[in-house]
Amino acid sequence: MKMSGAEILVECLKREGVKHIFGYPGGVVLNIFDILYDEKSLELILTRHEQGAVHAADGYARVSGKAGVAIVTSGPGATNTVTGIATAYMDSIPLVVVTGQVPTSLIGNDAFQEADIVGITRPCTKHNFLVKDINDLAKTVREAFHIATTGRPGPVLIDLPKDVSAGSCEFIWPEEVKIRSYNPKYEGNKWQMKQAADEIVKARKPVIMAGGGVIISDASKELKQLAELGKIPVTMTLMGLGGFPGTHKLSMGMLGMHGTYCANMAVQNADLIIGIGVRFDDRVTGRTKDFAKGARIVHIDIDPTSIKKTLEKVEVPVVGDVKNVLTGILKNLKESKEQWGAVRKAWLAQIEKWKSEKPLEYEHDAKIIKPQFVVEKIYEITKGEAVICTEVGQNQMWAAQFYKYDKPRTWLSSGGLGTMGYGFPAAIGAQIAKPGATVFDIAGDGSIQMNIQELATAVINKLPVKVAILNNRYLGMVRQWQELFFNERYSHTNLDVVPDFVMVAEAYGAAGLRAEKPEDVEPVIREALKIKNRPVFMDFVVDWKEKVYPMVPAGAAINEMIFGEKKDKKRKFDSSELKIA
Amino acid sequence: MKHTISVLVENKFGVLARISGLFSGRGFNIESLSVGETIDPQISIMTIITRGDDQIIEQITKQLNKLIDVIKVIDFMEVEHVEREMVLIKIAPSKNDRPEALRTAEIFRGRIVDSGHKTFTIEITGDEKKIEAFVELMKPYNIIEFVRTGKVAIAREGVKKISIKNDQ
Ligand SMILES: Cc1ncc(C[n+]2csc(CCOP(=O)(O)OP(=O)(O)O)c2C)c(N)n1
Ligand SMILES: [Mg+2]
Repeated sequence: MKMSGAEILVECLKREGVKHIFGYPGGVVLNIFDILYDEKSLELILTRHEQGAVHAADGYARVSGKAGVAIVTSGPGATNTVTGIATAYMDSIPLVVVTGQVPTSLIGNDAFQEADIVGITRPCTKHNFLVKDINDLAKTVREAFHIATTGRPGPVLIDLPKDVSAGSCEFIWPEEVKIRSYNPKYEGNKWQMKQAADEIVKARKPVIMAGGGVIISDASKELKQLAELGKIPVTMTLMGLGGFPGTHKLSMGMLGMHGTYCANMAVQNADLIIGIGVRFDDRVTGRTKDFAKGARIVHIDIDPTSIKKTLEKVEVPVVGDVKNVLTGILKNLKESKEQWGAVRKAWLAQIEKWKSEKPLEYEHDAKIIKPQFVVEKIYEITKGEAVICTEVGQNQMWAAQFYKYDKPRTWLSSGGLGTMGYGFPAAIGAQIAKPGATVFDIAGDGSIQMNIQELATAVINKLPVKVAILNNRYLGMVRQWQELFFNERYSHTNLDVVPDFVMVAEAYGAAGLRAEKPEDVEPVIREALKIKNRPVFMDFVVDWKEKVYPMVPAGAAINEMIFGEKKDKKRKFDSSELKIA
Repeated sequence: MKHTISVLVENKFGVLARISGLFSGRGFNIESLSVGETIDPQISIMTIITRGDDQIIEQITKQLNKLIDVIKVIDFMEVEHVEREMVLIKIAPSKNDRPEALRTAEIFRGRIVDSGHKTFTIEITGDEKKIEAFVELMKPYNIIEFVRTGKVAIAREGVKKISIKNDQ
């Protein structure tokens, strides 16, 4: 059957199982939007900014495990997607982003609204395509979804010139996708899996470091089995939260720059690190040459480039899908006659000691709201069952520390790129993917202003997204660094004029609530939870002086943590002690 | 350590940009890069000369493999192989020097591909050592222009070409 390029695109999206698209129109995508106008089985959610569209598609993907889809126009529409694409790329999130392009005859002429988006996004997409011939369109869409969702997932961009979407050709759906140069390796090498199991048997002080790969590969069950069988304590990277139950006895919480004392000490004293779906980035390892010095390393990842990228030595690399590899290791381990309980007794006792020595804490105050208290209350009231999105900064770290994630795909945060403005549109995408879920965006007063226009999107779609703004009137995380490392010179981090968030919300037709005293916190959250048909902004006026602890200064080893002053005066940080690499 | 890496790629629009962008974006060094079609017009081959310690070279080959359009990566460090490069040198020797310059070219099996009243252009092919030696000898003869193709490499007979696509 002969179809137009726009029809072919939409037909392909339907066959890929797409139900929701996030987008924003413009000149060169008019043909596509025209087809979508009558399309019943595909809903386009109009965001108020293309960055919002891509983050929403990303949030949708993180919650559902399916590829998120965005369609935008050429030029500024396309360039506005770059931050969203780069965010998804860093966190391995499957997206298919379709950008309109000027007609092929005009490409290269600096035509109106022309941008070389394929060139611009080459380093921040898993792959991208410029479709020059309509006969390649169906195949390209198919390949885009295949590439985005297989192996280590990531964003794929399709640039679609106007004459291609307006043209027509015979529609042929390629039943099979085969890309000869792309064959991700899912099965782990048998011998290496055996070796990994042997390492676990030999180890006396093992630590599992679980990352986003566990969630992507849906391997929480296998991870839990491994930890429980071998009695191995588990720490998670920021991306790994939810991959292992935060309330589990073997959980040590997050590690790294703002990790728990226990997790960082355990890693530094371990004799074996089992890195599962992690990439050992600098926020986790601290000074690499002092990272887990006494440990042998087993590194499991589907992406061979992750292995030995930052670490110089890895004793047992296993390339493969985490779920398969863990299954293989478990099979080997089950044959072992090891008396795990006895073998791990001393190590687990040490872990417990670290846990109780310095748990995550803050000093509650009767008069002023502590931001951590807000997160704790949200945790308590939602019973840990909400989907939590975050912005970036202190709000993000407190949300990581004081909410315990028991299930995968309930924690959405821009880990690799650290994109302020991610959380709110991501929460919108998450809410669309899971209409019944309670979805929060734990936000900062700075970050929320980066995509605040998406209030309109949430209102019009009746999405009850709950935005908890930890309003400290500062770019708090940057201010924290200035306080600790720049002699309290608060250069351009005071937000001076913070809008009245309650009024902003109301102006958009959303609900606005405010808490100024600790006793207001719980009623405000409960009130917000009652609102089911529109978004709500909760403005929590919090103590601006509060800092995120523990903290490992950039360039330090991860056991060189600094702590809150009150709790531990002697450990007050002195920057002259540090050898910053 | 210097490595010669061959990369078989899909002969598609933008592939060279993907490869060169990978090197610049990740701070890998490129000493030379040559590209051409293979017998199969759908496939191109790039020969890249790069430097780095083992960890970096490992990253380079893995990152290359990770690109969707890359079919195969061969690090010739691990393979018995032959390397060649071609250069064209235009020299303007003085009248007295001409015979000597031509004789030197002959010794190096150079070919005169152009000559005029004032200049000769010599084509010379060889491995790095030979070319360097030749260029050194030509220096006194007033080199006016100098272009080189960049190296290409091929495995010797009987050597199994090892592909490192997707291997650890
Ligand atoms: C788009 C973007 N710009 C700048 C930064 C650098 N940055 C990191 S945290 C932060 C402050 C965030 O302030 P706010 O949203 O109020 O959060 P808080 O730390 O106060 O909780 C900034 C500016 C960033 N991460 N992202
Ligand atoms: Mg703030």
